[in-house]
This record gives sequence, structure tokens and C-alpha cells, in this order.
Amino acid sequence: MKLNCKHVWEHISEFIDGSVDAKLREDIERHLEHCEICSAILDSTRNILVLTADDRTFELPVGYSERLHERLAKELEGSGQDSEKK
Amino acid sequence: MQTIETNEAGLIARILAGEKDLFHELIRPCERMVYLTLFAIVKNEAEAEDGAQETVISAYRHLASFRGEAKFSTWLTSIAINEGRKRLRKAKGAGEESIEEQTEGHEGDFTPAPLTDWREIPLEALERKELREALRVAVAELPDIYRQVFILRDVEELNIEETAQALGINPGAVKVRLHRARMMLQKRLVPVLKTTAPARRGFFGRAL
Repeated sequence: MKLNCKHVWEHISEFIDGSVDAKLREDIERHLEHCEICSAILDSTRNILVLTADDRTFELPVGYSERLHERLAKELEGSGQDSEKK
Repeated sequence: MQTIETNEAGLIARILAGEKDLFHELIRPCERMVYLTLFAIVKNEAEAEDGAQETVISAYRHLASFRGEAKFSTWLTSIAINEGRKRLRKAKGAGEESIEEQTEGHEGDFTPAPLTDWREIPLEALERKELREALRVAVAELPDIYRQVFILRDVEELNIEETAQALGINPGAVKVRLHRARMMLQKRLVPVLKTTAPARRGFFGRAL
């Protein structure tokens, strides 16, 4: 089947995740070979996902972990651990 | 050496048997995820941190009810999501529509930004701080239901099933929301990405 660009866009996310079936994957790949627009959309989306997965993009507040474990330590100390269990 | 997974069940058993302090170790690999989940919902650093602490305490108190059917991290994520929603409701006040009632049905333009003069940008360009900042802002501005799926899937890297389970929606909805979130981000960020791409008119005045 010959795909138009709009078709490709609808499946771009699943294509990136590798969850399109073999036939569709092949059709999309064939389309990408000659369509610069869709290739650029695919590249730019992939770049965004690379950036998203970078730990520096979504950072934790400074001292977050220390404060969390401090609070937890207080809880562990204070609670008879079984008090809330049924 | 034990893998995290097998270690996890062992740790939990020991904690429940009284070695409370091991809970610190159990939580450590998940603490980033807990914070980001909260942040995806409440969109405020201080609230997210508070909520993360509450989540961890609540997980500790209810550890005995964790049955091991899901991964510990998935279970913890659902607690974080509930905590986040609770805070959001409180902040918004009673009477306002809760976020659970939003669906992906509403109108919107989810097509990507077409671009013609794009060449793949080198990975070094992704090192630029402004790009990361622009992405953070764009993600924060996504509508709630899209942001939550995006964070769980693409930041925390849960799979479709885990994301669906954590949010209490079906996997089909996860896919639709994820796709839309990614397309909205692509559209928002293309102008920023493009300025990071190699200049078409470089220092040596060479055009294309």
C-alpha cells in the first residue's frame, strides 16, 4: 500500500517504539526513503526523545534524596512497624 | 550477584520481618521516579517533594499489602499518582472537575510540524542547556493527561502496560495520549531544535 504523509504521521510514535506490524513498518520505511518531510519529523521527534531520556533534562531538587531519607528515618524510628499492619 | 528484581522480593520479606532499615535500600532505586511522577501531576517542585515523601512513608506503612503481583516500582508509582491527585484536588478546591475525568477526546491539533530544510542535528547539539530548558517548559505546559503519560513512558521509561496500570487507563489510551504528547512536543520544539542545527550560513559564508 502506498502511504501518504498523514498516514505516516499517525503511526510515527508507534514506529519509533517498534510496535507497528512488519507490513506497516515496511511501508513506512519505503515512504521515508523518498519523503524528506516525514524523515525530518521522525528525526526531530527522536531527538526530543533522546533529550527526554537524558537525566539532566528532568532533574531532582538539590538535597531531595537526603531529605527523603531523613524523613523516612524518622518514620522508621518512630513507628512500631506493625502498628498499621492488619 | 542478585538482580534488582529478585533482590526486591527478598528485601521486602526482610523488612516485613523486622529489618525496617532496609526500606531505605528498597526505595533508593525508585526515588527519582517517585519525584518525577509527582511533579508530572502537581507541577510544583515543593509540592512534588512533599508528595514524594508522603508517598514513600505511605508505601512503608502499607508494605504488607503489597502482593508482588506488579513490580514494586509500579505499585509505588500508583501510590505516587494517588498522592499527586489528592494534592491537586486540594489545591484546586472542591467542586472543580477532577483530572481523572479528562479524556483524550477533546479537540486539538496533533499533527507534527512539517519542516523542509531539516538535516539531522548532531548529538553534540543536544548537549545544549537551552534545549533541555525548552523541553522542560514544553512538557510542563502539556495538558495534564498527556504530560502524565509522557513522563511515565518517556522519562521514567515504563512500558505501555505498566503506564496503563499505574494510571488506571487502558493501553490503547496510553498509546493515543503518548502519540499526541510527542507530536505536540515536536511541534513546540522544532523551532528550537532548528536553531541548534548546523547553521546553513556558517562562519565561512557557505550556504547549503
